[in-house]
Amino acid sequence: MARVLIIAQHEDGALNPATAKTLSGALGLGIDDIDIAVFAESAAGVAQQASRLQGASRVLAIEHADFAHLTAARLAPEIKALAGDYTHILGPSTTFGRDLMPRAAALIGVGQVSDVQEVIDSHTFKRPIYAGNAIVTVKAPEGQTVVATVRSASYSAAVEGDSPCEIESREAAATDPGHTRYINLETGGGDGPDLQTADRVVSGGRAMGSAEGFDVIYSFAKKLGAAVGASRAAVDAGYVPNELQVGQTGKIIAPELYFAIGISGAIQHLTGIKDAGTIVAINKDAEAPIFEIADFGLVGDLFEIVPELEKLI
Amino acid sequence: MKILVPIKRVVDYNVRVKVKSDGSGVETEGVKMSINPFDEIALEEALRIKEAGNAEEVIVCSIGNKDCQQQLRTGLAMGADRAIHVVTDGSVQPLAAARVLLKLIEKEGPEIVFLGKQAIDDDNSQTGQMLAALWDRPQATFASKVELSDGKATVTREVDAGLETLEVDLPAVLTSDLRLNEPRFVKLPDIMKAKRKPLDEIALDELDVEAAARLELTAYEPPPKRSGGRILESARELVDELKNKGLL
Ligand SMILES: Cc1cc2nc3c(=O)[nH]c(=O)nc-3n(C[C@H](O)[C@H](O)[C@H](O)COP(=O)(O)OP(=O)(O)OC[C@H]3O[C@@H](n4cnc5c(N)ncnc54)[C@H](O)[C@@H]3O)c2cc1C
Ligand SMILES: Cc1cc2nc3c(=O)[nH]c(=O)nc-3n(C[C@H](O)[C@H](O)[C@H](O)COP(=O)(O)OP(=O)(O)OC[C@H]3O[C@@H](n4cnc5c(N)ncnc54)[C@H](O)[C@@H]3O)c2cc1C
Repeated sequence: MARVLIIAQHEDGALNPATAKTLSGALGLGIDDIDIAVFAESAAGVAQQASRLQGASRVLAIEHADFAHLTAARLAPEIKALAGDYTHILGPSTTFGRDLMPRAAALIGVGQVSDVQEVIDSHTFKRPIYAGNAIVTVKAPEGQTVVATVRSASYSAAVEGDSPCEIESREAAATDPGHTRYINLETGGGDGPDLQTADRVVSGGRAMGSAEGFDVIYSFAKKLGAAVGASRAAVDAGYVPNELQVGQTGKIIAPELYFAIGISGAIQHLTGIKDAGTIVAINKDAEAPIFEIADFGLVGDLFEIVPELEKLI
Repeated sequence: MKILVPIKRVVDYNVRVKVKSDGSGVETEGVKMSINPFDEIALEEALRIKEAGNAEEVIVCSIGNKDCQQQLRTGLAMGADRAIHVVTDGSVQPLAAARVLLKLIEKEGPEIVFLGKQAIDDDNSQTGQMLAALWDRPQATFASKVELSDGKATVTREVDAGLETLEVDLPAVLTSDLRLNEPRFVKLPDIMKAKRKPLDEIALDELDVEAAARLELTAYEPPPKRSGGRILESARELVDELKNKGLL
């Protein structure tokens, strides 16, 4: 019988929204039985959050001291141990899922479908290739476990309902291979909304000129209640930390409103914002490619326009 | 210590890829091809490790048809010591590529296999992780900094939340992110020298791996087009438009 297992992502005791989006993707498979696995040092809080998601049949809570920091090397064998009960195993296409799921797929002995943006049927999926310049339809073989990651920007989060599903405790099945040690995590520590889930995002590019120059962006974003993003050029130049990069090799986001400020609109950047609702571009070069996809454009000096906008809203 | 760097021949990142009108694939005829940019970064890092005295040999390898020897030669010109070409006319999916690379590992015994974090054509981001699983060794993916000491690598990784640092025992699989380094330019004399460096060919069939495609790619289509909008005259007009759409 067809059954789906979703690997939950969570940090600091909270379920990452990418998990609820993965569930939305899974709902398209036409399979009723959908379990969510929570691997954690103490799983209760996250498992309860997961159990409230509509469409989930059961939450598996697997606790172990090793799961204080989740590494692919430690988790992939756990997923393999659960795999026998499932026809589909899904994770989010975040760096967590991208690191982990291929390792699990290889242990199971199957290929993986990365970045599913549309589910056609239980074994057929659409996914972007060439930085989103083409969409390919991929058919996974029948009779083999399907392992896939779900592109978060393509799905809205599954909603929470009133009647939580059951939570079942399981024992960890594998042991620590001992060769991979977590040292630490450094975060930029911005206090605004999370870039990946924010409804509004304001991004700055190379044109900001310096870390101080970026204050124009931070200030405008704060007024708007928006998250801050950046082009690769701005990150490379050290104006902002890497986790703010939007694009093919950064974050793929789908806010309702996106501001691209002093960003030229390279294809690798556009890949990250294709699913945004409304795109506004501000650039002094009327020929900049960003205007080809922006819904609204303003041509001029961002250091004049952005502060003016900030005053008007 | 040896470092193995798998490099993939891909459509150059500057090319605007188009889907063929019959949906059978993307237009690759007469298009500029290059080393996958992430692989160039992985190779650069391997060369720096060697130049710092922490490795004796850097080997580049590629799985594909005859044409990928151009990219292997570029890798040799950058400074790799020798190249291995696993020859096949078919397309290899990541799991098959990982199985092939495992065979090369068995032959060569590298301490580090340094791949790109993703190939910019298929954007799968799988091969390194799959290889680490099959090899039963650590993986440190999306690396933006690598430090080696006493049989260990301390690797800073670009993750969604920021920068994560892992310590892994060698041998290990590493995959490069963009900010790891800036690859060197190849100079003409190096290109000449590269012509004399060894490039071994191995037929894929000889390696006895299950390489047949498992995932079937049935159709290609262009992405839905976003149509460009309007250039507005003033900040005031923009605010009005956004208010009209209920966005402010
Ligand atoms: C493999 C690969 C992956 C990549 N991945 C990504 C990715 O994930 N994300 C990403 O963003 N990029 C990525 N890139 C880089 C991408 O190709 C571009 O180089 C980058 O997006 C350019 O950033 P930018 O638009 O800020 O800079 P630029 O292209 O330099 O553009 C700056 C813009 O600012 C405008 N400007 C300057 N001054 C002002 C002013 N005072 N007022 C108004 N406008 C002004 C200019 O007209 C120009 O259009 C990748 C590249 C490669 C090769
Ligand atoms: C035009 C086109 C048509 C295709 N048609 C088909 C088809 O009909 N059927 C089908 O099954 N598949 C087809 N494919 C799929 C394709 O061959 C594989 O999926 C792909 O080669 C492997 O995925 P990836 O490169 O995205 O791997 P990733 O996991 O993203 O690659 C990561 C890293 O692995 C290494 N690596 C990956 N591949 C190689 C390699 N070959 N040699 C050396 N190192 C490598 C590199 O270091 C790379 O940076 C097609 C691809 C293209 C471009």
